[in-house]
Amino acid sequence: MLEIRDLHAAVNGKAILKGLDLTVNPGEVHAIMGPNGSGKSTLANVLAGRDNYEITGGQAILDGHDLAELEPEERAQAGLFLAFQYPVEIPGVSNMEFLKAALEAVRKAQGKEEWDSVTLLRKAREACKQVNLDAQFLKRGVNEGFSGGEKKRNEIMQMLLMEPRLALLDETDSGLDIDALQTVARGVNSLRSPERGIVLVTHYQRLLDYIVPDHVHVLSDGRIIKSGGKELALELEQKGYGWLTGEEESA
Amino acid sequence: MSSQAELDKVIRSEYEAGFTTLVESDTLPPGLSEDVIRFISAKKGEPEWLLEWRLEAYRKWREMPEPEWAHLHYPKVDYDAISYYSAPKSMEDRPKSLDEVDPELLDTYKKLGIPLHEQEMLAGVAVDAVFDSVSIGTTFKEKLAEAGVIFCSISEAVQEHPELVRQYLGSVVPKSDNFFAGLNSAVFTDGSFVYIPKGVRCPMELSTYFRINEANTGQFERTLIVADEGSYVSYLEGCTAPQRDENQLHAAVVELVALPGAEIKYSTVQNWYPGDEDGKGGIYNFVTKRGVAHDHAKISWTQVETGSAITWKYPSVVLRGDHSVGEFYSVALTRHAQQADTGTKMIHLGKNTKSTIVSKGISAGKSSNAYRGLVRMGPRAENARNFTQCDSLLLGDRCGAHTFPYIESKHPSATVEHEATTSKVSDDQLFLCRQRGIDPEKAISMIVNGFCKEVFKELPMEFAVEAGKLLEVSLEGAVG
Repeated sequence: MLEIRDLHAAVNGKAILKGLDLTVNPGEVHAIMGPNGSGKSTLANVLAGRDNYEITGGQAILDGHDLAELEPEERAQAGLFLAFQYPVEIPGVSNMEFLKAALEAVRKAQGKEEWDSVTLLRKAREACKQVNLDAQFLKRGVNEGFSGGEKKRNEIMQMLLMEPRLALLDETDSGLDIDALQTVARGVNSLRSPERGIVLVTHYQRLLDYIVPDHVHVLSDGRIIKSGGKELALELEQKGYGWLTGEEESA
Repeated sequence: MSSQAELDKVIRSEYEAGFTTLVESDTLPPGLSEDVIRFISAKKGEPEWLLEWRLEAYRKWREMPEPEWAHLHYPKVDYDAISYYSAPKSMEDRPKSLDEVDPELLDTYKKLGIPLHEQEMLAGVAVDAVFDSVSIGTTFKEKLAEAGVIFCSISEAVQEHPELVRQYLGSVVPKSDNFFAGLNSAVFTDGSFVYIPKGVRCPMELSTYFRINEANTGQFERTLIVADEGSYVSYLEGCTAPQRDENQLHAAVVELVALPGAEIKYSTVQNWYPGDEDGKGGIYNFVTKRGVAHDHAKISWTQVETGSAITWKYPSVVLRGDHSVGEFYSVALTRHAQQADTGTKMIHLGKNTKSTIVSKGISAGKSSNAYRGLVRMGPRAENARNFTQCDSLLLGDRCGAHTFPYIESKHPSATVEHEATTSKVSDDQLFLCRQRGIDPEKAISMIVNGFCKEVFKELPMEFAVEAGKLLEVSLEGAVG
């Protein structure tokens, strides 16, 4: 479903991805690991279409759509979801209002039936429960005054409702305590399905204890330098990244 | 697409109220003199005292300099190029009821979403419609009369309730208060008058819609609201004007009198034509609005300002009585080349008086948006308190936001708090919305609406919806 071929990308003109190849099939969970500065987050942001993240060569195809040709909202409507590393606050816009606008846009584009407000509220409450967020959070401004952990869980809550085709999680584990980590992992695992691809971008192996990936890739200097199964992550845990990249690890 | 390009697209929308109504009008040739004032007064069949009052205002006005302290830039207004009176011809013999009003006029209001036929009327809202210089009709009069409420045009009030008008006219905004108020006092033509008797809670929202139609005509309306002891009224004004290349002058005066224990809630949704992208045309809005709150009385101003080429407006409260309360909630949106210098004055005279100011300025395009506020604690204002919150939101990087707070305290026990923030609709916020599938236009309007929420919740229900929509439309093809 996701075909990335020889992808080159620059951030504010600086080349970060330098020929990246990756194939994600439906039903698979991929983990992208690597030292800081290797381009992990860049990959997530390039795929989602953030401003100033520019594809300079190669291709990323999602279900036949060339992502470079789509606006960020069109990529979302095509089923791409990015759980942000640093979710931003939108004061005064309630979570519920935000979800309603998002779901209306995405479900409409995907030809799915529209949820009436009763259904939406019920589903949203269920999703909150799944990630251990009080339903009161639906009434609060998007991420407004949320703790770091609450923001991350709020992202997963939205992901559950949006039912994406391809879910990208950018360092979702960073800053979470072990309870929150398990909660988030449960949420992500509940989304595993034969129709959906999941890509986890993470620095640490810790998350992968709870969300067991089918494939693990090591990214270094804008390229995937090694791929393997879940055991690769454990190896990285023991040895660090240095033995692969030939450099001292900076993290 | 860059976010600046997105913003530009979102900012360029059409002014929906920009049409002109073809009615035959009785319009005075441009120019201002004592004769013009005598003409207006005679046309309205005014008593001698009012003519004298006008002439006195005119003589004082001629001596007054035009204020230049505001953060506004505009060519000098030629006061002799303006016509000071225009009335639709069909109003010559005043219609006795709305059924007799020229259908063309009723259509105008219908197009603006303000039905004046009683059967289609907004439930629970009584409307006075002012077209150029005259009021063309007031709805629900009888129903209001049952409660003892007087709601009519000020011209009518001069005829039918001269004692009330004489007692209160100019009592809050004296005729020589400032340049524009002076001009208004000399030539004011119509506007609304409201009187709520002692202890009466006005049974419905009162509302006036102002429409400038005729070219080269100034609109100088005068509104006077008197809430007698322990009464309550909620009043809303809406304003629109056709799209024209030349600037038009609007210099209104609004006076509110809240007698002991009374409460007046005054809301404005102002959507005068703002001019085009390059700043051509649009209304010059120079308005003086002030209320006096007596003991335990409360005056609350809520305004949503999206129109006008120039806005010069400071709805104020004189907290004369002990325990009186003043509030000011404002959303001012400027785009294209619009300029706004707006804010409030809270003058604390009485003991234990309390005021709250919440101002939200949104600037887009090449516009300039200034908040100017004065909080004065007088020597008798023991335990007086003020809280001011002043937030600015910038869309794009070619606009400006300015804050000019003035604080004067002459009593040691008075408390004044001021908070101010300036923020931009960030690329991150926009990207979060778009990543969730929301198009940028909708995203910006959502973010801006969120920014204004504190003010919108102060508006009467129906108008909060209207204000939200207005903001959306203003941001659509027209937010720059």
